[in-house]
Amino acid sequence: MSFVEYGDTIKDGDTAIVFLGHESMFPVKVQHGTVTQTKYGVIRHSTDLIGKKYGSKVTCSKGGWVFILHPTPELWTMNLPHRTQILYSTDISIITMMLELKPGSIVCESGTGSGSLSHALIRTVAPTGHLYTVEFHQQRAEKAREEFREHGVEHLVTVTNQDVCKNGFGVSNIADAVFLDIPSPWEAIGHAKSALKAEGGRICSFSPCIEQVQRTCLAMEEYGFTEINTLEILLRVYNVRTISLQIPDLGKAAEDNSSTGFDSSSPSHQGSSCANLQQGTVQFKSGVPLREVVGHTGYLTFATKS
Amino acid sequence: GARIREGDCAVLKRDEVFKAVSVLRRRKIIFEKQWFYLDNAIGHIYGTTFEVTSGGSLQPKQEVEETPTETKEAGTDNRNIVDDGKSQKLTHDDIKALKDKGIKGQEIVQQLIENSTTFRDKTEFAQDKYIKKKKRKYEAVITIVKPSTRILSTMYYAREPGKINHLRYDTLAQMLTLGNIHAGNKTIVMETCAGLVLGAVMERMGGYGSIIQMYPGGGPVRAATSCFGFPKAFFDNLHEFPLSKVQSLLSGTFTTETLPAEPEENALGEEESNGLGEERQISLQETEEEPATEAPMEVNPAEEQDTMDIHAEDVEFKENREKENRENVREKQMKQWERRKKLKEAAALLRERNADGLIVASKFHPTPLLLSLLEFVAPSRPFVVYCQYKEPLLECYTKLRERGGVINLKLSESWLRNYQVLPDRSHPKLTMSGGGGYLLSGITVLLEQGSSDCSTSEALQGEEPSSKRCKLQDLPC
Repeated sequence: MSFVEYGDTIKDGDTAIVFLGHESMFPVKVQHGTVTQTKYGVIRHSTDLIGKKYGSKVTCSKGGWVFILHPTPELWTMNLPHRTQILYSTDISIITMMLELKPGSIVCESGTGSGSLSHALIRTVAPTGHLYTVEFHQQRAEKAREEFREHGVEHLVTVTNQDVCKNGFGVSNIADAVFLDIPSPWEAIGHAKSALKAEGGRICSFSPCIEQVQRTCLAMEEYGFTEINTLEILLRVYNVRTISLQIPDLGKAAEDNSSTGFDSSSPSHQGSSCANLQQGTVQFKSGVPLREVVGHTGYLTFATKS
Repeated sequence: GARIREGDCAVLKRDEVFKAVSVLRRRKIIFEKQWFYLDNAIGHIYGTTFEVTSGGSLQPKQEVEETPTETKEAGTDNRNIVDDGKSQKLTHDDIKALKDKGIKGQEIVQQLIENSTTFRDKTEFAQDKYIKKKKRKYEAVITIVKPSTRILSTMYYAREPGKINHLRYDTLAQMLTLGNIHAGNKTIVMETCAGLVLGAVMERMGGYGSIIQMYPGGGPVRAATSCFGFPKAFFDNLHEFPLSKVQSLLSGTFTTETLPAEPEENALGEEESNGLGEERQISLQETEEEPATEAPMEVNPAEEQDTMDIHAEDVEFKENREKENRENVREKQMKQWERRKKLKEAAALLRERNADGLIVASKFHPTPLLLSLLEFVAPSRPFVVYCQYKEPLLECYTKLRERGGVINLKLSESWLRNYQVLPDRSHPKLTMSGGGGYLLSGITVLLEQGSSDCSTSEALQGEEPSSKRCKLQDLPC
């Protein structure tokens, strides 16, 4: 296993995802002789995990069971230990596309934070690209290095512990794309420009507040970036539910069934909804929005150096 | 940087409008009501901005310092600005005369400003807006950019959404991420989005790994794929397999001998003309609503070449026809043989049932596609289905749960909002897209023989807790 290459079976040293159920999972480092506690009981790595296929159902000691999944950057994002606020897959997906990342791309990123975006970037630029990521917090930089090593992607990434606003990315004229997620991105635009290849590239800056975006846009213009474009992406998730609505009793049912407007024998109702006149209900499938959703993560400002 | 070469696939950009073209010499291009030749652009770096000059030739735009730095005079509000339709002293004919003289757009804009009696009374912001609007109209600058998924998916969504089932670019971005598309994958793609989704997957895989494209009808449509200008090597590991043979492959009765001997050309032609007919209708509708709609996208050079050859054959080489026909037959047999070989390869790849992912984005009902195509995917791999409508995905969700072998099912939609960011004038853009389609995604797991996975912990905690269902039904009346 590695985060950039699928493997079939679980091996000693792998990072696997234990899937307990809807929205309930956690990562586990597979090690001979180790056990992991879950609410369904104990998982013994040597016997329950190692050698099994990814995607297998594993029965725990109390008889309950879980699925063991192959890690992906998306699963990692949902399960990683937070050291900072992180970027989620919805923002990551548009960042990746708008920065035009692909195998072979050279990317600069700052800050590294908890490495949520980093893993996704590495996945996309592998096997021939590289990520240069800059984190000014020494402990976080060290922790990120450790994770990249554990996940088998250290050859694709260089972590530098310095202040990107003062010292830049530590590379110049090399990058196809730059990503900034720092409190004052406008102070790093000059460094971003010199990190990008002479012939040009793309830049993205993520900021929660519009004032940050304004200063960043001005700085981008000052440094000659073009195609400056700010956008926001939001995810709407729907629960799939079967809903029953009662048919109101208008006193008509006794007289004429068809007048309710729900003729259960008509083919138009056999697909998505069905009426049960005896019970006085109509059933249908609906995608129901969650009661509370993420309303704002950050503004994404993209631009081109040409 | 990469330079524009003859024969390249390139994209023209003017403001937010894109058009894909192939770079050919002495070939007239019409874009945004202007015509020009790309000859002079050859040799320049991608990203260069050009001005259209007389005779339709392109000249790289010189960076000019913005001129209107004269005495900045502006009003504070519009209480005294009256719309009498007479503020512009230049008549329509005057403007046309200026244009016909070949005067630079920049100067025309300057003249318009000087001849506007209300310009000085407008607020600074209104002046800015006025200039921007006039510039857009009279300063004909176009940028030539290298095609990418970003550019092509934005272009398709704006110009021909009907051809890609209204798949918005941010939705496509989600698919690539949710599907964990990356180098080395063995990916199954089933799309009827003109080959745009296929191209996006190919870009992310960078020529590493393999792709099996499932196609309906006589052959896969790849008009958009060809706009990416991928190197030839990217096509070495691109396979295709007809949807109509999926059942026989799953049941083990598949042989290439049973392949209907459809001539490839005919099948392709049929598919394309269908697409075109549909498209014509759509673009007609669009023209009615919005008269400024562009001419349809550039035909790809290969197609054009074909029709030209046929034409020439008709006129000039009538007498050689029989001979050619005989050669054609031989050629067709060769093609058929090649096709069979490729089909066998694709079938072998599918039979391994170990694909690393499945991407579906088509005009068909997603449920039967998913139920069959998931059989070819390895456990613990992501899959993503796009549908323009939510309802079929509700059904698909239900059927997948009944089938089992999938977890973490998620039905989602993304919203995209663009912003104007200017000093003291920042706000969301006035219009936003109403819808970019829906996605159903999930992860495959080992399907245990003989038991449907209804009783999994996932089902217990997932979809509809029975207590909630009761509540819904027991609502007091």
